[in-house]
Amino acid sequence: MTDALTAAGLHTFYGKSHILHGVSLNVAEGMITTLLGRNGAGKTTTLRSLVGLTPAREGRIVTFGQDTTRWPPFRIAALGVGYVPEGRRIFPNLTVEENLKVPNGRAGDWSIERIYALFPRLAERKSNRGRQLSGGEQEMLAIARALLLNPRLLILDEPSQGLAPRVVQEVFAIVARMRAEGISVLLVEQNVRQSLAVADHAFVLDDGMVVWSGPAVELAADETRVRTLTGATAEDWEGAAPRVLPAG
Amino acid sequence: MREAITSAAGSKVGRRLPDAPLDAVAALGRGVFAACRATGSLTLFALSGVSHLLRPPFYGRMFLRAFIEFGYFSLPVVALTAIFTGMVLALQSSTGLARFSAETAMPSLVVLSITRELGPVLAGLMVAGRVGAAMAAEIGTMRVTDQIDALQTLSTDPMKYLVAPRLLAGAVALPLLVLVGDILGVMGGFLIATVSLGFNAATYLRNTVDYLQTIDVVSGLVKAAVFGFIIALLGCFHGYSSRGGAQGVGAATTSAVVAASVLILAFDYGLTELFFAK
Repeated sequence: MTDALTAAGLHTFYGKSHILHGVSLNVAEGMITTLLGRNGAGKTTTLRSLVGLTPAREGRIVTFGQDTTRWPPFRIAALGVGYVPEGRRIFPNLTVEENLKVPNGRAGDWSIERIYALFPRLAERKSNRGRQLSGGEQEMLAIARALLLNPRLLILDEPSQGLAPRVVQEVFAIVARMRAEGISVLLVEQNVRQSLAVADHAFVLDDGMVVWSGPAVELAADETRVRTLTGATAEDWEGAAPRVLPAG
Repeated sequence: MREAITSAAGSKVGRRLPDAPLDAVAALGRGVFAACRATGSLTLFALSGVSHLLRPPFYGRMFLRAFIEFGYFSLPVVALTAIFTGMVLALQSSTGLARFSAETAMPSLVVLSITRELGPVLAGLMVAGRVGAAMAAEIGTMRVTDQIDALQTLSTDPMKYLVAPRLLAGAVALPLLVLVGDILGVMGGFLIATVSLGFNAATYLRNTVDYLQTIDVVSGLVKAAVFGFIIALLGCFHGYSSRGGAQGVGAATTSAVVAASVLILAFDYGLTELFFAK
């Protein structure tokens, strides 16, 4: 099986703060990969490095066979990488319809009509401005916007954050559907159990390092580790060597 | 550094150079470096913005939006400024010219002052306060709320989507505003001259037209295009570079207006020299 994305030995900094210490991971094509870890472990920074928003100072990122390590975000997106950031970042002063017209997508199956069929609530509110939407509707809009890039890889950063349980179910159902559509997914979530339920593969991050990787079912079966995840430290994961690609 | 200089000079142990002069030199050096850095960044930003204007994709809708904001919504403030400027010019010049018994030169003085100088400069300053500030605030807010990052991840180059259409809108809309302002300014002068100062309407209009040359109007419109570009450039640049939340956006807004106003006056001198210096 080929990889949609491979990252090897990423070192990322915010100013002088060293955040990622050699993160290596891969996302297999057509699979859902989840990246787990406690708050401050470096999950969002990893995603920002992968999509070019916070470029890694060291390491290498290969996306669909191209070395995208130094690429600007809009070029990486043009390869078919959709990114749904934490906090949605929709355009509050644009209407739903205008938000959906912003992506400069590749040719593909996803159109605004198909988005409205998938998210009927957005169709009902297409003339409303982004700031007038509920949290759940904003999340739908953020996912919809990313889908209009006709992505081959969808990267989601905490899509269930701050949503009602019913809406969380809907979001995870959509994530599962993406796999059926042939879209690879990299999912960062605090909701460990639900992430592991939909994911094929999991990586656990702590203090800017991958401390565990393997099949999601294997991690889901290890109740102690699942419990530990909310407050995991690197020491808790010792003895489980990360199975990741070598740097370079 | 101070110790290094002291040591290099081979001075006695423990002797230090006086603080104040070195601090002043250090502050001056920092200021010069900061000014060079800011000028370089602004120049690169401007070149990048212009180069994005020439390469597809083009965002016509964003241009139209910026054009309406720049031109249509600035029309009332520019119109009022022009009318009152024309009225004041007529009043002031009539009393001044009366001292030399040259009142008949008043229509040409009004029209030349407005078309060459006051029309573009005052419109530029008014629009810098209104639109330049709004641009810096809007783009600055997008920057600090990560909306510009979101744009990039939607395969949209923010320079192309946010900056280039505004630069073009500024360069196109301000000359049109100034053209309207020129007409209204002359009308303001005409109104005062005929109603308060007893000028004959036909004579006033004939004098206005007879002494007006194409270069007077064209130079004003070229100035307006440059000023419009400057306003949009500084609004976008300061907004795009803003950091640090609401406070950063506020600072960006102030910087955009101040810098645009100063550059408008500096370029006004340069362009006047270019058009009219003998």
